[in-house]
Parts: sequence; structure tokens; C-alpha cells
Amino acid sequence: MESVSKLKLGVAKSVGAASRLSGRGGGTSLPGKLLLRLQDDAIARLSSELPRGAVVISATNGKTTTASLLASVLGRSRIPVVHNRAGANMAGGIATALLDATKHGQVQGQLGLFEVDEAWTARIVEQTQPSVLLLANLFRDQLDRYGELETLADSWQQMIAQLPAETRVVLNADDPLLAGLGADRPNTLYFGLTDTSHAEPVPRHAADSKFCRRCGAPLEYEAVQLGHLGIYRCPNGDFARPTPQIAATKITTHGMEGSEITISTPDGPIDCELPIPGLYNVYNAVAATAAAHALDLTAGAISGGLAAARAVFGRVETLEIGGHSVALMLIKNPTGANEVLRTIAEESAPFDLWIALNDKIADGRDVSWIWDADFEMLAGKVGQITCSGTRAEEMALRLAYAGIDRKRLIVERAVEKSFDAAVADSVRAATPIFALPTYTALLELRTAIAKRGDAPSYWGST
Amino acid sequence: MNDSPTLRICALYPSRMNIYADRGNMLLLQHRCEARGIGFELTASEAGEHVDPDAHDLFYIGGGQDSDQIQIAGDMLETKQAALAEAAEGGKVILAVCGGYQLLGEYYELADQKVEGLGIVDLRTVREPGERLIGNVMIEFEVDGSPRVLAGFENHGGRTYLESGCPPLGRVLKGHGNNGKDGFEGVHVNNVFGTYLHGPLLPKNAWFADHLTRLALGGDIELEPLDDDLEDLAHESAIRAAGGGSGLMRLTQR
Ligand SMILES: [Zn+2]
Repeated sequence: MESVSKLKLGVAKSVGAASRLSGRGGGTSLPGKLLLRLQDDAIARLSSELPRGAVVISATNGKTTTASLLASVLGRSRIPVVHNRAGANMAGGIATALLDATKHGQVQGQLGLFEVDEAWTARIVEQTQPSVLLLANLFRDQLDRYGELETLADSWQQMIAQLPAETRVVLNADDPLLAGLGADRPNTLYFGLTDTSHAEPVPRHAADSKFCRRCGAPLEYEAVQLGHLGIYRCPNGDFARPTPQIAATKITTHGMEGSEITISTPDGPIDCELPIPGLYNVYNAVAATAAAHALDLTAGAISGGLAAARAVFGRVETLEIGGHSVALMLIKNPTGANEVLRTIAEESAPFDLWIALNDKIADGRDVSWIWDADFEMLAGKVGQITCSGTRAEEMALRLAYAGIDRKRLIVERAVEKSFDAAVADSVRAATPIFALPTYTALLELRTAIAKRGDAPSYWGST
Repeated sequence: MNDSPTLRICALYPSRMNIYADRGNMLLLQHRCEARGIGFELTASEAGEHVDPDAHDLFYIGGGQDSDQIQIAGDMLETKQAALAEAAEGGKVILAVCGGYQLLGEYYELADQKVEGLGIVDLRTVREPGERLIGNVMIEFEVDGSPRVLAGFENHGGRTYLESGCPPLGRVLKGHGNNGKDGFEGVHVNNVFGTYLHGPLLPKNAWFADHLTRLALGGDIELEPLDDDLEDLAHESAIRAAGGGSGLMRLTQR
């Protein structure tokens, strides 16, 4: 395939540099968008220059973390990657990552590592022709934007049917909506969790897909790890969870500190210490391990890479504010929120919470989902809860109906102001505080914090 | 009405028809009953289970994916249609939301098939080419002579058309409503309510939860007022999200 002309690359690059300097944002996808306007197949052309091809990762929950875990493993393996690490995961973001990696008209780097929005996955896969395609989970999320899960699963089915036989498809065996997608491909690699000591016997009500895609009967679960992920089978024998070749066989969780896991692979077991918390991150680690295995990376690189993982932007990030640490955790859909709630509810001491619910396009304009998340887990554990964001009021109402005393609830729509006040209260009360924003509230908070720089005195004085 | 009434709810296919967190509606009804010392009983009726129209005061059916609706429609006709028709006729409250609303009518016509509905109200739903109708929505209708507002979120591919003489639930103030064309939203016949305001619409409209509770308990019951500060704020917030002004907020206050 012909490359993209130096002139077009140069124009798009200079626009990117200008937009980043102006600080007006958009720098993570704007140059790529412009490049795509100049050359509509730029992603296909540039990614074809990558000698090891590309890894495409998609999922409702955890794709940013999984990509970052894999990036850490690839770093240990000394494989230079082109990675859309800023999380801009539609065409513009991926084109920007490729553009940024060009030098003298040529893409520098060995392997593409692209985390891709679910709705864009089929198009990006067609253009990048990845060597590894990792599909990690499908949960209910932003139905106003993505549509129904079944429709998305059907489109992924078609996408996989069109892939060449040598493409390595990596699927979550524990997700009944995805596991069946690899049935016709003998080299499908499955990952999952076989240690069921953290599992629940029946799905929570927020679980999304609990029915056999063939006969419609409710799936029988032997164990539910989270949401609809677990060990399941159709009662009529149509379908059962495939045996994962890459499996977490032993999981020990240590609250917010992280987990110790043993992952079995066809090359032998890998022990690793994962420094990010929650069972959902165990899934991310096993998914990253499966992709690493598909890329023939070594056990040493995998365990070292996972152990060196840092939480990525907003996916459990700790801020030090006036000597007080605030754990930031993104919430965006019922299953993801439940896992965050499950992780913080394990804390033994009482804590405060700041929750920011926005209803902008990137959050999903429909806030119905909060009624499917199990905020009931917080009852009796939480000191004060501040509800913020454009839909702060409905968030507070949800908590009241989850059994939280109304006197513990504060409603203040302004994100920065309410955050400052909540942190100041928690400093005074010497109580730990967790911050749970939706996506655009997280961006808003991050921008506000970045503007101030590291000025602990400011935080302490509010 | 005796001294301690009980609100007996029958939820239809709750394990399937729950796509937009319909559980929020049940939570609201339950907590408000408990706060008032009213008994609360929630029964689920899944596939293959028959329904006793006299054993419940309120029947609820929520939203599902197209595939879910197709799955349940046949069973619903077989095991529940007669009972629900009798319940509707007898003045029981039926609240049907989103996909459940579509199933109240004669049929739901999809690209490659026609799903037969309960036929309790005189309406048809058709999947027409074009975008899904998605967004915040706000409708207005009269309750006991006063105008009230219902605010929520809609997300539907089907367009619903009421036969002449079949009354809508309300008039669209903001959003799409039944079909994005005629300015009507939902259906309201006797005590049967159908609406595209999906999922947890009662948390956004606590007044409507109380209205349904009153109707379900026989209509002449006085409900004790509750501390509804947060409920009022959430209602105003839903109105604001739909683009409603402060005048509309005043309109909805008690
Ligand atoms: Zn089956």
C-alpha cells in the first residue's frame, strides 16, 4: 500500500502542534481528523507500515486499562509501539497516534496498540487489519449512543467473519455474549477466571445478557464473577463457556492495594502482583496476558509488565491533596460502577464520597443506569456523600432510595466547587474520601486540578 | 378500604424487560409505601407463568431489546393476555413502559416480522426507516383538572400510532413522543398507562408514582405527604434536561 504524502502529514502535524500549544484541547484527535480529511484511508496506509501489525482492543469496560497493561508488557519486551494512550479511541484518535509516530514520512514503531470505541471497532479493524483482535466484554452502556447489546454483538460477529484466518481473535470466555463469536475459528484464544472464590452464585439484576443467544433460555450459572461474566451454560446444551487457555486460577485481593494472581497459560503458570484493585482489574490483567501470549511475549515480560502497571487516567488514580489522598475512580455504567462500589465497600473504616453524574454526550445523556447500579452496598459504610454534576439531584435521589440517610447527602451541581468542599470536609473529619465521577466530570475535575498545579496549601484552605 | 392497605404489584418478565433500569420504578413505589405504612408486595411473573388479575393492584411491564420483546410476546399472549385484558377492563392499573408499551397495542411491525401485541389498547407500532427517537422528553396532561408534567428519557426505534378515539397520555412539550410527528405521547385508557418515557420514570416524577399508587388502591385514599425535597429537585432536573423552563417547574409543584 502506498504511504501518505509528506505534505499531508506535515500539514496535519502542524495543525496538531498549534492546537496543543493553544491549550484549547482537541490535540488528541484533531490532527488525525484533519489527516483523514486530506487522506481518507490514512489509517490503513500508515498502519500497513507497522512491521508487526496492530493489536486492536475493544470492550465496554476496561479497554484503556487493558491497553495500558499490555503497553507495559510490550515496554518490557522492548517492542516500540504506536499507542493511542490518551484514550481518544475513535478514528481521529487513532489517526493522531499514527501521525504522531511518523518521522520523515514513515511510521516509526513496530506494533500498533489501539484501544477502540465499541461503535468504531468494525471500521478500525477493517482499516488496520490487526494481527490480534481482543474483545474483552460487552455490558450495557450508553444505550443512547451504542444501541442495543445484541445489535452490537451481531455487528462484531460479521466483523470477525470477514477477518483472514491468520488473525488471532482473543475473546473473554466468561462473557456469553462474546464467547460464541469465535466458534468458527479454530485458533481463537480464550481468557477467563477459573478461581471462583470471589464469585457470586447468581447474577445481579444489573447483569446484561443472561439468555442463550440460540434458544433464548436463561443461562445457568455455576459462578458469576461480575455482571454477566462467569461460568455458564445453556440448559438445552446449545452453548457453554469455552475452556479458557489463559486463566486466572488463583486470585487473592488486597483491597485498594491490588491483587496477587496466578495466570495459567499453555507455556506454564505466571505469578504476578497487580498493583491496581478490584476483580475488574484482574479481568483486565488476564485479557492483557492473553494478548501478550498471542504476540509470543515471555512470562517474565508479562509478570514484570503487570507489576509495573500504573493506574491510568481516572481509572483509580490517587491524588495527594493537602496531605490527604483522594482515590479517583471513573464510573460510567452499572457493571463498572458495581465493581468500583464493591472494591470501596471492602474498606473497613468509614469513608466519604464525592460522586459526579454528568449527562453530556460522552457520558451518555440517559442517566437511567444509576438505578441499575447497586449503591445499596454503601449503606452503613459511608459518612458524607456529595452529589455533583449536571444530574446531581437524581444521583442524590438514587442514594436516598439505596438506604442512605438523606441527612448525609449534599447536592451541589458545580464540579470543582463541590469537590473542594467535600475534600475539605474529609480533611477536617480525617476520613478517607473516594471520588467517583462520570467521564466528562472527570475531565472537568482534571482540568481544574491541572490549572492550579500542585498547590497543597490551596486545597487545605478551602 | 381497610386501615392498612397493601399495594400489590405484579411485574411482568422483570428478568428480560428491564433494559433501562426499570427496577428504579419498583424501588420508588416500595420505599414510598413503606414510608407511609402501606404494605408492599411485589410478584414477578415470568415466561410460562399465569397471572391472576384479582391478586394484584398494579401490573408493570418495562422495556427490552427487540429480541427480548420477540421472545416474550408469544408467551404473553398465551399465559397472560386474558388476565391482563380482564385487569384492564376491571380498572386495575397497568403501567407499560417503552417496549412494554409497544406490546400493549395490536402489533409491533419490525423489518422482517410482525410481533402480535396484547391488543388492550387501540394502537400500532411500526419500525420505520430512520433514526431512533432518542433524548430527554417532557409531556403535559391534566390530572384532576390540573396540568401536570412528566419528564424523562426516550429511546425507541418503533413509531406508535393511536387509532382515532384512542387517547394519548399527554401532549409533547419537548422531545419526540409516540412517533415524532403528531405531538402525542403514550396512551391512557381507563387506568392503563403506556409511555415511551423509559426506565426509571417514577424517580423523576414522584408525583406520578403517588398518583398511580392512589389509583391502584382504589382512588379514594389520602396519601400522607412525605419529605420530597430531593424528589422535587430530581423532577426539576429532568425538566431542565429536557429543555423546560422555570415556568414549567412551577406548574408541576403541588
Ligand atoms: Zn440454548
